[in-house]
Amino acid sequence: MSPGTGIRARFKLDYSGFSLDVDLDLPGRGVTALFGHSGSGKTTLLRAIAGLEHAPGGTLSVNGDVWQDAAVFRPTHRRPLGYVFQEASLFPHLTVQANLEYGQKRVPQAQRRVSLEQAVDLLNIGHLRARKPARLSGGERQRVGIARALATSPRLLLMDEPLAALDHALKQEILPYLERLHDELDIPVLYVSHAPDEVARLADHIVVMEAGRAVAAGPLTDTLARLDLPIKLGEDAGVVLDAVVAARDEEWHLAHMEFAGGRLWVRDHGLPVGHHARVRILARDVSLARAPMSGTSILNTLPAVVVDSVDDAHPALTLVKLRVGESPLLARLTRRSAHALEITPGQLLYAQIKAVALIG
Amino acid sequence: MLSDTDWSAIRLTLELASVTTLLLLVIGTPIAWWLARTRSAWKGAVGAVVALPIVLPPTVIGFYLLVAMGPEGPVGRLTQSLGLGVLPFTFAGLVVASVFYSLPFVVQPIQNAFEAIGERPLEAAATLRASPLDTFFSVVLPLARPGYLTASVLGFAHTVGEFGVVLMIGGNIPDKTRVVSVQIYDHVEALEYAQAHWLAAGMVAFSFVVLLLLYTLNPTGRRA
Repeated sequence: MSPGTGIRARFKLDYSGFSLDVDLDLPGRGVTALFGHSGSGKTTLLRAIAGLEHAPGGTLSVNGDVWQDAAVFRPTHRRPLGYVFQEASLFPHLTVQANLEYGQKRVPQAQRRVSLEQAVDLLNIGHLRARKPARLSGGERQRVGIARALATSPRLLLMDEPLAALDHALKQEILPYLERLHDELDIPVLYVSHAPDEVARLADHIVVMEAGRAVAAGPLTDTLARLDLPIKLGEDAGVVLDAVVAARDEEWHLAHMEFAGGRLWVRDHGLPVGHHARVRILARDVSLARAPMSGTSILNTLPAVVVDSVDDAHPALTLVKLRVGESPLLARLTRRSAHALEITPGQLLYAQIKAVALIG
Repeated sequence: MLSDTDWSAIRLTLELASVTTLLLLVIGTPIAWWLARTRSAWKGAVGAVVALPIVLPPTVIGFYLLVAMGPEGPVGRLTQSLGLGVLPFTFAGLVVASVFYSLPFVVQPIQNAFEAIGERPLEAAATLRASPLDTFFSVVLPLARPGYLTASVLGFAHTVGEFGVVLMIGGNIPDKTRVVSVQIYDHVEALEYAQAHWLAAGMVAFSFVVLLLLYTLNPTGRRA
Protein backbone atom coordinates (compact mmCIF):
# COMPACT_ATOMS: atom_id res chain seq x y z
CA MET A 1 0.00 0.00 0.00
CA SER A 2 2.49 2.58 -1.14
CA PRO A 3 0.88 5.97 -0.66
CA GLY A 4 2.53 7.29 -3.81
CA THR A 5 0.63 5.64 -6.62
CA GLY A 6 -2.65 3.95 -7.19
CA ILE A 7 -6.07 4.37 -5.72
CA ARG A 8 -6.39 3.17 -2.18
CA ALA A 9 -10.02 2.89 -1.10
CA ARG A 10 -11.41 1.52 2.10
CA PHE A 11 -15.07 2.00 2.85
CA LYS A 12 -17.58 0.55 5.27
CA LEU A 13 -21.16 1.69 4.91
CA ASP A 14 -24.28 0.31 6.53
CA TYR A 15 -27.75 0.95 5.24
CA SER A 16 -30.78 -1.05 6.21
CA GLY A 17 -30.65 -4.14 4.05
CA PHE A 18 -27.36 -3.29 2.41
CA SER A 19 -23.78 -2.88 3.48
CA LEU A 20 -20.67 -1.93 1.60
CA ASP A 21 -17.36 -3.22 2.87
CA VAL A 22 -14.39 -2.89 0.56
CA ASP A 23 -10.66 -2.55 0.90
CA LEU A 24 -9.15 -1.99 -2.51
CA ASP A 25 -5.79 -1.15 -3.97
CA LEU A 26 -6.43 -0.14 -7.56
CA PRO A 27 -3.96 0.83 -10.24
CA GLY A 28 -3.45 4.56 -10.73
CA ARG A 29 -3.72 4.31 -14.49
CA GLY A 30 -5.82 2.62 -17.14
CA VAL A 31 -9.45 1.61 -16.94
CA THR A 32 -10.62 -0.37 -13.93
CA ALA A 33 -14.06 -1.88 -14.25
CA LEU A 34 -16.27 -2.22 -11.19
CA PHE A 35 -18.31 -5.13 -12.34
CA GLY A 36 -21.32 -6.76 -10.73
CA HIS A 37 -25.05 -7.25 -10.84
CA SER A 38 -27.39 -4.45 -9.84
CA GLY A 39 -27.45 -4.16 -6.07
CA SER A 40 -23.88 -5.40 -5.73
CA GLY A 41 -22.74 -2.03 -4.43
CA LYS A 42 -20.64 -0.89 -7.35
CA THR A 43 -22.47 2.42 -7.78
CA THR A 44 -22.44 3.02 -4.02
CA LEU A 45 -18.67 2.48 -4.04
CA LEU A 46 -18.28 4.93 -6.91
CA ARG A 47 -20.41 7.51 -5.09
CA ALA A 48 -18.39 7.04 -1.92
CA ILE A 49 -15.21 7.66 -3.91
CA ALA A 50 -16.76 10.82 -5.33
CA GLY A 51 -17.81 11.96 -1.85
CA LEU A 52 -21.46 11.97 -2.93
CA GLU A 53 -22.10 9.24 -0.42
CA HIS A 54 -20.83 10.31 2.97
CA ALA A 55 -18.86 7.37 4.29
CA PRO A 56 -17.42 8.32 7.68
CA GLY A 57 -14.43 6.26 8.70
CA GLY A 58 -13.49 5.51 5.10
CA THR A 59 -10.09 6.22 3.67
CA LEU A 60 -9.32 7.20 0.11
CA SER A 61 -6.18 8.37 -1.59
CA VAL A 62 -5.65 8.88 -5.29
CA ASN A 63 -2.09 8.74 -6.55
CA GLY A 64 -0.75 10.02 -3.24
CA ASP A 65 -3.42 12.68 -2.75
CA VAL A 66 -5.52 12.03 0.36
CA TRP A 67 -9.21 12.70 -0.37
CA GLN A 68 -10.55 11.20 2.81
CA ASP A 69 -9.25 9.61 6.01
CA ALA A 70 -9.93 9.71 9.73
CA ALA A 71 -9.10 13.42 9.89
CA VAL A 72 -10.05 14.66 6.44
CA PHE A 73 -13.21 14.63 4.38
CA ARG A 74 -12.92 16.60 1.19
CA PRO A 75 -16.42 17.38 -0.10
CA THR A 76 -17.13 16.41 -3.69
CA HIS A 77 -16.43 19.86 -5.12
CA ARG A 78 -12.91 19.77 -3.65
CA ARG A 79 -12.04 16.41 -5.20
CA PRO A 80 -10.36 16.73 -8.60
CA LEU A 81 -12.57 14.13 -10.25
CA GLY A 82 -14.81 13.82 -13.24
CA TYR A 83 -18.12 12.02 -12.90
CA VAL A 84 -20.25 10.69 -15.71
CA PHE A 85 -23.75 9.74 -14.63
CA GLN A 86 -25.93 7.10 -16.21
CA GLU A 87 -28.16 9.82 -17.60
CA ALA A 88 -25.94 12.63 -18.79
CA SER A 89 -27.41 15.04 -16.21
CA LEU A 90 -26.62 18.10 -18.28
CA PHE A 91 -27.91 21.41 -16.96
CA PRO A 92 -31.10 22.03 -18.97
CA HIS A 93 -30.90 25.82 -18.66
CA LEU A 94 -27.46 26.01 -20.26
CA THR A 95 -26.29 25.41 -23.83
CA VAL A 96 -23.86 22.61 -24.57
CA GLN A 97 -21.04 25.16 -24.64
CA ALA A 98 -22.03 26.61 -21.26
CA ASN A 99 -22.37 23.10 -19.84
CA LEU A 100 -18.83 22.32 -21.00
CA GLU A 101 -17.49 25.56 -19.54
CA TYR A 102 -19.33 25.12 -16.25
CA GLY A 103 -16.78 22.76 -14.77
CA GLN A 104 -13.76 24.03 -16.64
CA LYS A 105 -14.00 27.64 -15.50
CA ARG A 106 -14.13 26.46 -11.88
CA VAL A 107 -10.73 24.76 -12.23
CA PRO A 108 -7.74 27.05 -11.62
CA GLN A 109 -5.81 27.82 -14.80
CA ALA A 110 -2.66 26.13 -13.51
CA GLN A 111 -4.47 22.83 -13.04
CA ARG A 112 -5.99 22.67 -16.52
CA ARG A 113 -4.39 19.91 -18.54
CA VAL A 114 -7.23 19.07 -20.88
CA SER A 115 -8.40 21.96 -23.01
CA LEU A 116 -12.03 22.49 -23.89
CA GLU A 117 -11.13 22.04 -27.57
CA GLN A 118 -9.44 18.75 -26.82
CA ALA A 119 -12.50 17.43 -24.98
CA VAL A 120 -14.81 18.67 -27.75
CA ASP A 121 -12.67 17.07 -30.47
CA LEU A 122 -12.27 13.81 -28.61
CA LEU A 123 -16.04 13.36 -28.29
CA ASN A 124 -16.76 15.00 -31.65
CA ILE A 125 -19.39 17.42 -30.38
CA GLY A 126 -18.19 20.68 -31.95
CA HIS A 127 -21.34 21.01 -34.04
CA LEU A 128 -23.61 20.79 -30.98
CA ARG A 129 -22.20 23.67 -28.96
CA ALA A 130 -25.02 26.15 -29.46
CA ARG A 131 -27.80 23.69 -28.66
CA LYS A 132 -29.72 23.19 -25.46
CA PRO A 133 -29.60 19.66 -23.96
CA ALA A 134 -33.30 19.14 -24.72
CA ARG A 135 -32.41 19.21 -28.41
CA LEU A 136 -29.77 16.46 -28.27
CA SER A 137 -30.16 12.74 -28.82
CA GLY A 138 -29.40 10.39 -25.93
CA GLY A 139 -26.02 9.50 -27.36
CA GLU A 140 -25.08 13.13 -28.00
CA ARG A 141 -26.11 14.07 -24.50
CA GLN A 142 -23.90 11.38 -23.01
CA ARG A 143 -20.96 12.48 -25.17
CA VAL A 144 -21.40 16.04 -23.92
CA GLY A 145 -21.57 14.69 -20.36
CA ILE A 146 -18.27 12.88 -20.84
CA ALA A 147 -16.62 15.91 -22.45
CA ARG A 148 -17.90 18.13 -19.63
CA ALA A 149 -16.26 15.85 -17.07
CA LEU A 150 -13.01 15.69 -19.07
CA ALA A 151 -12.82 19.46 -19.40
CA THR A 152 -12.21 19.73 -15.65
CA SER A 153 -8.89 17.89 -16.16
CA PRO A 154 -9.82 15.25 -13.59
CA ARG A 155 -7.17 13.19 -11.80
CA LEU A 156 -9.69 10.37 -11.70
CA LEU A 157 -12.63 9.81 -14.01
CA LEU A 158 -15.61 8.02 -12.50
CA MET A 159 -18.15 6.58 -14.91
CA ASP A 160 -21.39 5.13 -13.61
CA GLU A 161 -22.80 2.86 -16.33
CA PRO A 162 -22.54 5.63 -18.90
CA LEU A 163 -23.99 3.39 -21.60
CA ALA A 164 -26.71 1.62 -19.63
CA ALA A 165 -29.47 4.04 -20.59
CA LEU A 166 -28.66 3.78 -24.31
CA ASP A 167 -29.84 1.25 -26.84
CA HIS A 168 -27.45 -1.04 -28.68
CA ALA A 169 -26.86 1.25 -31.66
CA LEU A 170 -26.08 4.25 -29.45
CA LYS A 171 -23.73 2.14 -27.37
CA GLN A 172 -21.81 1.25 -30.51
CA GLU A 173 -21.72 4.97 -31.30
CA ILE A 174 -20.12 5.87 -27.98
CA LEU A 175 -17.79 2.95 -27.31
CA PRO A 176 -15.16 4.10 -29.83
CA TYR A 177 -15.01 7.47 -28.04
CA LEU A 178 -14.42 5.75 -24.74
CA GLU A 179 -11.62 3.77 -26.32
CA ARG A 180 -10.03 6.95 -27.65
CA LEU A 181 -10.22 8.41 -24.20
CA HIS A 182 -8.36 5.40 -22.91
CA ASP A 183 -5.71 5.65 -25.61
CA GLU A 184 -5.21 9.39 -25.77
CA LEU A 185 -5.58 10.71 -22.23
CA ASP A 186 -3.60 9.51 -19.27
CA ILE A 187 -6.46 9.69 -16.77
CA PRO A 188 -7.27 6.70 -14.59
CA VAL A 189 -10.87 5.62 -15.02
CA LEU A 190 -13.20 3.71 -12.72
CA TYR A 191 -15.93 2.29 -14.89
CA VAL A 192 -19.06 0.82 -13.31
CA SER A 193 -20.80 -1.72 -15.49
CA HIS A 194 -22.88 -4.85 -15.42
CA ALA A 195 -22.31 -5.52 -19.13
CA PRO A 196 -19.52 -8.06 -19.75
CA ASP A 197 -19.03 -6.92 -23.34
CA GLU A 198 -18.27 -3.35 -22.24
CA VAL A 199 -15.87 -4.59 -19.61
CA ALA A 200 -14.13 -6.93 -22.05
CA ARG A 201 -13.72 -4.09 -24.48
CA LEU A 202 -12.64 -1.26 -22.23
CA ALA A 203 -11.16 -2.48 -18.99
CA ASP A 204 -7.54 -3.19 -18.10
CA HIS A 205 -8.38 -4.19 -14.57
CA ILE A 206 -11.51 -5.52 -13.04
CA VAL A 207 -13.06 -5.56 -9.59
CA VAL A 208 -15.91 -8.01 -9.26
CA MET A 209 -18.49 -6.84 -6.72
CA GLU A 210 -21.06 -8.98 -4.98
CA ALA A 211 -23.33 -8.04 -2.07
CA GLY A 212 -21.28 -4.99 -1.19
CA ARG A 213 -17.96 -6.81 -1.26
CA ALA A 214 -15.16 -7.09 -3.77
CA VAL A 215 -14.93 -10.80 -4.47
CA ALA A 216 -12.08 -10.54 -6.97
CA ALA A 217 -9.75 -7.88 -8.27
CA GLY A 218 -6.86 -7.92 -10.70
CA PRO A 219 -5.78 -7.55 -14.30
CA LEU A 220 -8.64 -8.30 -16.68
CA THR A 221 -7.11 -11.28 -18.50
CA ASP A 222 -6.04 -13.12 -15.36
CA THR A 223 -9.19 -12.34 -13.42
CA LEU A 224 -11.61 -13.38 -16.13
CA ALA A 225 -9.76 -16.69 -16.44
CA ARG A 226 -10.09 -17.51 -12.77
CA LEU A 227 -12.18 -20.58 -12.30
CA ASP A 228 -14.09 -19.32 -9.27
CA LEU A 229 -15.56 -16.34 -11.13
CA PRO A 230 -16.83 -17.55 -14.48
CA ILE A 231 -19.56 -19.45 -12.72
CA LYS A 232 -20.94 -16.13 -11.61
CA LEU A 233 -20.65 -14.77 -15.12
CA GLY A 234 -22.74 -17.64 -16.48
CA GLU A 235 -23.11 -17.51 -20.24
CA ASP A 236 -20.61 -14.65 -20.41
CA ALA A 237 -17.75 -16.67 -18.94
CA GLY A 238 -14.73 -16.48 -21.17
CA VAL A 239 -11.32 -14.93 -21.66
CA VAL A 240 -10.11 -11.71 -23.22
CA LEU A 241 -6.72 -11.79 -24.90
CA ASP A 242 -4.54 -8.99 -26.20
CA ALA A 243 -3.63 -9.63 -29.79
CA VAL A 244 -2.10 -7.94 -32.79
CA VAL A 245 -3.07 -8.23 -36.45
CA ALA A 246 -0.34 -10.42 -37.96
CA ALA A 247 -1.71 -10.92 -41.44
CA ARG A 248 -4.82 -10.40 -43.53
CA ASP A 249 -6.34 -12.86 -45.94
CA GLU A 250 -7.92 -10.79 -48.68
CA GLU A 251 -9.55 -13.71 -50.41
CA TRP A 252 -11.55 -14.97 -47.44
CA HIS A 253 -11.85 -11.65 -45.59
CA LEU A 254 -10.11 -13.00 -42.53
CA ALA A 255 -7.48 -11.53 -40.26
CA HIS A 256 -4.84 -13.57 -38.49
CA MET A 257 -4.50 -12.39 -34.91
CA GLU A 258 -1.39 -13.22 -32.97
CA PHE A 259 -1.50 -13.50 -29.19
CA ALA A 260 0.86 -14.84 -26.56
CA GLY A 261 0.26 -18.51 -27.31
CA GLY A 262 -0.69 -18.73 -30.94
CA ARG A 263 -2.71 -17.32 -33.80
CA LEU A 264 -6.43 -17.07 -34.41
CA TRP A 265 -8.42 -16.43 -37.55
CA VAL A 266 -11.13 -13.82 -37.08
CA ARG A 267 -13.37 -11.95 -39.47
CA ASP A 268 -11.46 -9.09 -41.05
CA HIS A 269 -12.80 -5.77 -39.78
CA GLY A 270 -10.30 -3.78 -41.82
CA LEU A 271 -7.73 -3.29 -39.09
CA PRO A 272 -4.23 -2.80 -40.53
CA VAL A 273 -1.41 -5.27 -39.89
CA GLY A 274 0.34 -4.42 -36.63
CA HIS A 275 -2.81 -3.00 -35.03
CA HIS A 276 -3.43 -4.03 -31.42
CA ALA A 277 -6.86 -5.33 -30.57
CA ARG A 278 -8.57 -7.56 -28.05
CA VAL A 279 -10.20 -10.84 -28.82
CA ARG A 280 -12.77 -12.46 -26.62
CA ILE A 281 -13.38 -16.20 -26.50
CA LEU A 282 -16.39 -17.42 -24.54
CA ALA A 283 -16.07 -20.69 -22.64
CA ARG A 284 -19.18 -22.06 -24.33
CA ASP A 285 -17.54 -21.64 -27.75
CA VAL A 286 -14.56 -23.83 -26.89
CA SER A 287 -14.67 -27.60 -27.21
CA LEU A 288 -11.84 -30.02 -26.51
CA ALA A 289 -10.47 -33.05 -28.35
CA ARG A 290 -7.64 -35.51 -27.76
CA ALA A 291 -6.37 -35.14 -31.30
CA PRO A 292 -6.62 -32.33 -33.85
CA MET A 293 -9.64 -32.96 -36.01
CA SER A 294 -9.73 -32.94 -39.75
CA GLY A 295 -12.81 -32.42 -41.81
CA THR A 296 -14.31 -29.79 -39.55
CA SER A 297 -15.67 -26.33 -40.19
CA ILE A 298 -13.79 -24.99 -37.21
CA LEU A 299 -10.95 -22.69 -38.28
CA ASN A 300 -9.15 -22.31 -35.00
CA THR A 301 -7.69 -25.32 -33.26
CA LEU A 302 -4.93 -24.74 -30.73
CA PRO A 303 -2.91 -27.12 -28.58
CA ALA A 304 -3.72 -26.48 -24.93
CA VAL A 305 -2.65 -27.83 -21.55
CA VAL A 306 -5.24 -28.47 -18.85
CA VAL A 307 -4.64 -26.37 -15.73
CA ASP A 308 -7.65 -27.25 -13.65
CA SER A 309 -11.36 -27.91 -13.80
CA VAL A 310 -14.34 -27.17 -11.56
CA ASP A 311 -18.02 -28.00 -11.49
CA ASP A 312 -20.13 -25.36 -13.17
CA ALA A 313 -23.37 -23.88 -11.84
CA HIS A 314 -25.44 -26.54 -13.61
CA PRO A 315 -24.66 -30.10 -12.45
CA ALA A 316 -24.34 -31.28 -16.06
CA LEU A 317 -21.53 -28.86 -16.81
CA THR A 318 -17.91 -28.44 -15.95
CA LEU A 319 -15.49 -25.58 -16.59
CA VAL A 320 -11.96 -26.34 -17.69
CA LYS A 321 -9.13 -23.88 -17.47
CA LEU A 322 -6.39 -24.36 -20.04
CA ARG A 323 -3.17 -22.72 -21.03
CA VAL A 324 -2.35 -21.94 -24.63
CA GLY A 325 1.26 -20.87 -24.58
CA GLU A 326 1.20 -18.07 -22.04
CA SER A 327 -2.48 -17.30 -22.42
CA PRO A 328 -5.39 -18.70 -20.44
CA LEU A 329 -8.44 -20.22 -22.06
CA LEU A 330 -11.71 -21.47 -20.59
CA ALA A 331 -13.84 -24.27 -21.97
CA ARG A 332 -17.30 -25.26 -20.86
CA LEU A 333 -18.05 -28.97 -21.34
CA THR A 334 -20.61 -31.41 -20.10
CA ARG A 335 -19.35 -33.44 -17.21
CA ARG A 336 -19.94 -36.51 -19.28
CA SER A 337 -17.54 -35.28 -21.99
CA ALA A 338 -14.99 -34.30 -19.38
CA HIS A 339 -15.23 -37.78 -17.93
CA ALA A 340 -14.84 -39.36 -21.36
CA LEU A 341 -11.73 -37.25 -22.03
CA GLU A 342 -10.39 -38.14 -18.57
CA ILE A 343 -9.48 -34.52 -17.98
CA THR A 344 -6.55 -34.15 -15.61
CA PRO A 345 -4.19 -31.24 -14.94
CA GLY A 346 -1.18 -31.29 -17.24
CA GLN A 347 -2.99 -33.17 -20.00
CA LEU A 348 -2.42 -31.99 -23.57
CA LEU A 349 -5.60 -31.42 -25.58
CA TYR A 350 -6.71 -29.57 -28.67
CA ALA A 351 -9.02 -26.63 -28.14
CA GLN A 352 -11.47 -26.13 -30.97
CA ILE A 353 -12.68 -22.56 -30.95
CA LYS A 354 -15.98 -22.01 -32.67
CA ALA A 355 -16.19 -18.25 -32.29
CA VAL A 356 -13.74 -15.49 -31.63
CA ALA A 357 -14.97 -11.94 -31.19
CA LEU A 358 -12.70 -9.10 -32.14
CA ILE A 359 -13.37 -6.24 -29.76
CA GLY A 360 -11.94 -2.76 -29.99
CA MET B 1 -63.68 59.28 -10.56
CA LEU B 2 -60.81 58.60 -8.18
CA SER B 3 -60.24 61.02 -5.34
CA ASP B 4 -56.93 61.94 -3.79
CA THR B 5 -57.55 59.55 -0.90
CA ASP B 6 -58.27 56.80 -3.43
CA TRP B 7 -54.96 57.44 -5.17
CA SER B 8 -53.18 57.54 -1.86
CA ALA B 9 -54.70 54.17 -0.97
CA ILE B 10 -53.59 52.70 -4.31
CA ARG B 11 -50.04 54.02 -3.88
CA LEU B 12 -49.89 52.66 -0.34
CA THR B 13 -51.22 49.28 -1.44
CA LEU B 14 -48.62 48.92 -4.20
CA GLU B 15 -45.87 50.02 -1.83
CA LEU B 16 -46.96 47.53 0.81
CA ALA B 17 -47.24 44.69 -1.69
CA SER B 18 -43.84 45.45 -3.24
CA VAL B 19 -41.97 45.65 0.04
CA THR B 20 -43.75 42.57 1.36
CA THR B 21 -43.00 40.53 -1.77
CA LEU B 22 -39.32 41.46 -1.75
CA LEU B 23 -39.01 40.57 1.93
CA LEU B 24 -40.88 37.34 1.38
CA LEU B 25 -38.61 36.21 -1.46
CA VAL B 26 -35.61 36.76 0.80
CA ILE B 27 -37.15 35.14 3.88
CA GLY B 28 -39.04 32.45 1.98
CA THR B 29 -36.05 31.10 0.06
CA PRO B 30 -34.16 29.58 3.01
CA ILE B 31 -37.43 28.28 4.51
CA ALA B 32 -38.43 26.69 1.19
CA TRP B 33 -34.93 25.24 0.77
CA TRP B 34 -35.01 23.73 4.23
CA LEU B 35 -38.50 22.32 3.72
CA ALA B 36 -37.54 20.88 0.33
CA ARG B 37 -34.32 19.22 1.51
CA THR B 38 -34.63 18.32 5.17
CA ARG B 39 -35.23 14.85 6.52
CA SER B 40 -35.84 16.30 9.97
CA ALA B 41 -38.84 15.23 12.00
CA TRP B 42 -39.72 18.93 12.29
CA LYS B 43 -40.48 19.23 8.61
CA GLY B 44 -44.18 18.52 9.08
CA ALA B 45 -44.58 20.94 11.97
CA VAL B 46 -42.73 23.78 10.25
CA GLY B 47 -44.63 23.20 7.02
CA ALA B 48 -47.91 23.33 8.92
CA VAL B 49 -47.01 26.60 10.66
CA VAL B 50 -46.04 28.16 7.34
CA ALA B 51 -49.36 27.03 5.84
CA LEU B 52 -51.53 28.25 8.74
CA PRO B 53 -52.48 31.60 7.13
CA ILE B 54 -54.16 29.68 4.30
CA VAL B 55 -56.80 28.28 6.65
CA LEU B 56 -56.97 30.77 9.53
CA PRO B 57 -59.37 33.72 9.37
CA PRO B 58 -57.30 36.87 8.83
CA THR B 59 -58.82 38.35 11.97
CA VAL B 60 -57.23 35.58 14.04
CA ILE B 61 -53.79 36.27 12.62
CA GLY B 62 -54.36 39.99 12.99
CA PHE B 63 -55.50 39.59 16.59
CA TYR B 64 -52.45 37.62 17.69
CA LEU B 65 -50.06 39.86 15.81
CA LEU B 66 -51.72 42.87 17.44
CA VAL B 67 -51.24 41.34 20.87
CA ALA B 68 -47.65 40.27 20.15
CA MET B 69 -46.61 43.60 18.66
CA GLY B 70 -48.53 45.71 21.18
CA PRO B 71 -46.80 47.55 24.06
CA GLU B 72 -47.19 44.56 26.41
CA GLY B 73 -46.42 41.82 23.82
CA PRO B 74 -43.02 40.16 23.38
CA VAL B 75 -42.41 41.74 19.98
CA GLY B 76 -43.64 45.08 21.25
CA ARG B 77 -41.23 45.03 24.19
CA LEU B 78 -38.38 44.20 21.83
CA THR B 79 -39.20 46.99 19.36
CA GLN B 80 -39.59 49.43 22.25
CA SER B 81 -36.26 48.47 23.81
CA LEU B 82 -34.66 48.99 20.39
CA GLY B 83 -36.17 52.47 20.30
CA LEU B 84 -38.52 51.64 17.42
CA GLY B 85 -41.73 52.20 19.33
CA VAL B 86 -44.63 49.86 18.73
CA LEU B 87 -45.60 48.53 15.31
CA PRO B 88 -49.40 48.41 15.25
CA PHE B 89 -51.05 51.22 13.31
CA THR B 90 -47.85 51.91 11.33
CA PHE B 91 -46.77 50.99 7.83
CA ALA B 92 -43.96 48.83 9.24
CA GLY B 93 -46.53 46.94 11.30
CA LEU B 94 -48.55 46.28 8.14
CA VAL B 95 -45.44 44.96 6.40
CA VAL B 96 -44.69 42.56 9.25
CA ALA B 97 -48.29 41.34 9.31
CA SER B 98 -48.41 40.95 5.52
CA VAL B 99 -45.20 38.92 5.54
CA PHE B 100 -46.83 36.43 7.90
CA TYR B 101 -50.10 36.48 6.06
CA SER B 102 -48.64 35.85 2.58
CA LEU B 103 -45.79 33.55 3.62
CA PRO B 104 -47.31 30.25 2.37
CA PHE B 105 -48.11 31.76 -1.02
CA VAL B 106 -44.41 32.46 -1.54
CA VAL B 107 -42.83 29.51 0.26
CA GLN B 108 -44.88 26.77 -1.35
CA PRO B 109 -44.23 27.53 -5.04
CA ILE B 110 -40.51 27.93 -4.32
CA GLN B 111 -40.45 24.74 -2.28
CA ASN B 112 -42.20 22.85 -5.09
CA ALA B 113 -39.68 24.22 -7.59
CA PHE B 114 -36.76 23.14 -5.39
CA GLU B 115 -38.23 19.67 -4.95
CA ALA B 116 -38.78 19.31 -8.69
CA ILE B 117 -35.09 19.98 -9.36
CA GLY B 118 -34.11 16.89 -7.40
CA GLU B 119 -30.73 15.73 -6.22
CA ARG B 120 -29.01 15.05 -9.51
CA PRO B 121 -28.23 18.57 -10.81
CA LEU B 122 -26.76 19.42 -7.40
CA GLU B 123 -24.56 16.33 -7.50
CA ALA B 124 -23.53 17.06 -11.08
CA ALA B 125 -22.56 20.60 -10.07
CA ALA B 126 -20.54 19.29 -7.12
CA THR B 127 -18.59 16.96 -9.40
CA LEU B 128 -17.87 20.02 -11.55
CA ARG B 129 -16.22 21.83 -8.62
CA ALA B 130 -19.13 24.08 -7.70
CA SER B 131 -19.48 24.73 -3.96
CA PRO B 132 -22.99 24.45 -2.49
CA LEU B 133 -23.49 28.24 -2.53
CA ASP B 134 -22.14 28.48 -6.08
CA THR B 135 -24.50 25.66 -7.08
CA PHE B 136 -27.44 27.48 -5.56
CA PHE B 137 -26.88 30.58 -7.66
CA SER B 138 -25.66 28.92 -10.87
CA VAL B 139 -28.02 25.92 -11.01
CA VAL B 140 -30.82 26.01 -8.44
CA LEU B 141 -32.01 29.59 -8.94
CA PRO B 142 -32.13 29.43 -12.75
CA LEU B 143 -33.94 26.08 -12.65
CA ALA B 144 -36.38 27.35 -10.01
CA ARG B 145 -37.22 30.50 -11.95
CA PRO B 146 -40.80 29.48 -12.80
CA GLY B 147 -41.38 28.84 -9.09
CA TYR B 148 -40.04 32.29 -8.21
CA LEU B 149 -42.28 33.93 -10.79
CA THR B 150 -45.32 32.17 -9.37
CA ALA B 151 -44.27 33.01 -5.82
CA SER B 152 -43.77 36.71 -6.62
CA VAL B 153 -47.10 37.06 -8.36
CA LEU B 154 -49.04 35.17 -5.71
CA GLY B 155 -47.29 36.95 -2.84
CA PHE B 156 -47.90 40.35 -4.40
CA ALA B 157 -51.51 39.66 -5.36
CA HIS B 158 -52.36 38.11 -2.02
CA THR B 159 -50.95 41.11 -0.16
CA VAL B 160 -52.92 43.49 -2.37
CA GLY B 161 -56.06 41.52 -1.51
CA GLU B 162 -55.72 41.42 2.23
CA PHE B 163 -58.32 43.16 4.37
CA GLY B 164 -58.91 41.56 7.76
CA VAL B 165 -55.31 41.59 8.91
CA VAL B 166 -54.88 45.19 7.79
CA LEU B 167 -57.92 46.27 9.69
CA MET B 168 -56.76 44.55 12.87
CA ILE B 169 -53.14 45.75 12.74
CA GLY B 170 -53.24 48.95 10.79
CA GLY B 171 -56.64 50.34 11.38
CA ASN B 172 -57.69 52.91 8.86
CA ILE B 173 -55.24 55.78 8.90
CA PRO B 174 -55.12 57.74 5.61
CA ASP B 175 -51.69 57.79 3.92
CA LYS B 176 -50.29 55.40 6.50
CA THR B 177 -52.35 52.25 6.67
CA ARG B 178 -55.44 52.81 4.57
CA VAL B 179 -55.02 50.40 1.64
CA VAL B 180 -57.41 49.90 -1.31
CA SER B 181 -59.45 47.11 0.24
CA VAL B 182 -60.12 49.26 3.32
CA GLN B 183 -60.86 52.28 1.17
CA ILE B 184 -63.51 50.29 -0.70
CA TYR B 185 -65.03 49.28 2.60
CA ASP B 186 -65.16 52.93 3.67
CA HIS B 187 -66.84 53.94 0.42
CA VAL B 188 -69.48 51.27 0.83
CA GLU B 189 -70.07 52.26 4.46
CA ALA B 190 -70.59 55.83 3.28
CA LEU B 191 -72.87 54.60 0.48
CA GLU B 192 -70.44 56.02 -2.14
CA TYR B 193 -71.12 53.17 -4.53
CA ALA B 194 -69.72 54.91 -7.62
CA GLN B 195 -66.35 55.41 -5.88
CA ALA B 196 -66.42 51.85 -4.60
CA HIS B 197 -67.11 50.60 -8.15
CA TRP B 198 -64.07 52.31 -9.60
CA LEU B 199 -61.74 50.81 -7.06
CA ALA B 200 -63.41 47.40 -7.01
CA ALA B 201 -63.46 47.08 -10.79
CA GLY B 202 -59.85 48.22 -10.78
CA MET B 203 -58.99 45.39 -8.44
CA VAL B 204 -60.78 42.87 -10.63
CA ALA B 205 -58.93 44.10 -13.73
CA PHE B 206 -55.62 44.12 -11.86
CA SER B 207 -56.07 40.61 -10.52
CA PHE B 208 -57.08 39.30 -13.94
CA VAL B 209 -54.07 40.84 -15.66
CA VAL B 210 -51.72 39.50 -13.01
CA LEU B 211 -53.05 35.96 -13.29
CA LEU B 212 -53.11 36.18 -17.09
CA LEU B 213 -49.44 37.15 -17.03
CA LEU B 214 -48.68 34.31 -14.67
CA TYR B 215 -50.33 31.71 -16.86
CA THR B 216 -48.93 32.94 -20.16
CA LEU B 217 -45.38 33.61 -18.97
CA ASN B 218 -45.14 30.43 -16.98
CA PRO B 219 -46.71 27.55 -18.86
CA THR B 220 -46.23 24.26 -17.10
CA GLY B 221 -44.61 21.23 -18.65
CA ARG B 222 -41.99 23.07 -20.63
CA ARG B 223 -39.05 21.86 -18.59
CA ALA B 224 -36.30 20.08 -20.44
